[in-house]
Amino acid sequence: MVTTAFFFLFAGLAIACAISMVYHKNPLYSAISLVGVFISLSCIYVTLAAPFIAAVQVLIYAGAIMVLVVFVIMLLNLEEDKPLGRLKYLYAMGGVLGVVLLVQTFFIFYAVSREPKQTVKTDETVGETLSIGSAMYTEYLLPVEIVGILLLMAIVGSVILARRFAQPQLELIVDNELDMRDAQTKEESSDELQGLETPRFR
Amino acid sequence: MEPSLATYLALSGILFTIGTVGVIFKRNAIGMFMCIELMLNAVNLTFVAFSRYYADVTGQLFVFMVMSVAAAEAAVGLGIIIAFFRNRSSVDVDDASILKN
Repeated sequence: MVTTAFFFLFAGLAIACAISMVYHKNPLYSAISLVGVFISLSCIYVTLAAPFIAAVQVLIYAGAIMVLVVFVIMLLNLEEDKPLGRLKYLYAMGGVLGVVLLVQTFFIFYAVSREPKQTVKTDETVGETLSIGSAMYTEYLLPVEIVGILLLMAIVGSVILARRFAQPQLELIVDNELDMRDAQTKEESSDELQGLETPRFR
Repeated sequence: MEPSLATYLALSGILFTIGTVGVIFKRNAIGMFMCIELMLNAVNLTFVAFSRYYADVTGQLFVFMVMSVAAAEAAVGLGIIIAFFRNRSSVDVDDASILKN
């Protein structure tokens, strides 16, 4: 009973925060609303007897990813989202797609509710760190290694993306060009000056 | 008394729908990025719910994998957004039309 009350509380919170995320034009408000969604989802994971996933959800999503997003919002100093300029038909498309997905959701709800009640195996050890860790390093060792390589590739890729590759060379070229032009104009002007000044001195 | 599996799936479906509609309605790249994170979270919820109702640890392991992929995606995606901002001084996806024509 308490679990159900908690579930509906946090489910409502998650949906409200998600709608607020889409509704707000300011990216920072959206980010804060998304943190709300993550935290309420982590509470829902606790009601699903998955404490490890709940903790990791708060650590990785609310802690790491959202901090990164907020950093980028701060660095870029974004202004508010402009309304859809061209591509007005996207509103209609988004509305239709949303309605279709909602209908699918309710169909799934209806179909799964009609299923004869499966015997819910309440194995409380499933969500514990011990069982997850032992499965991770025995049965699923290869996927874990692949995820490690993926993270390494992400690190390398983001470093390469964040470096200024082409621009320094471009800036150098532009600087050289400007320097040459400056030198030319200086020469010309100095010639003129000399031409003007030399007679005056004589 | 616990909420049934169908309730969790319905919540996940609603969150996924909101994320999809947000990706289409948002115009700046960071907003779209956050909506994609929301969709990933909705899928994670179904994984954990099925893991609970079938008493199988595999679902939670896959949630872990999805989180790692989301972290990698965050690093690379935000790098791309910053590179794009450097060139165009905007993160509006309507401006990303270099390849058009």
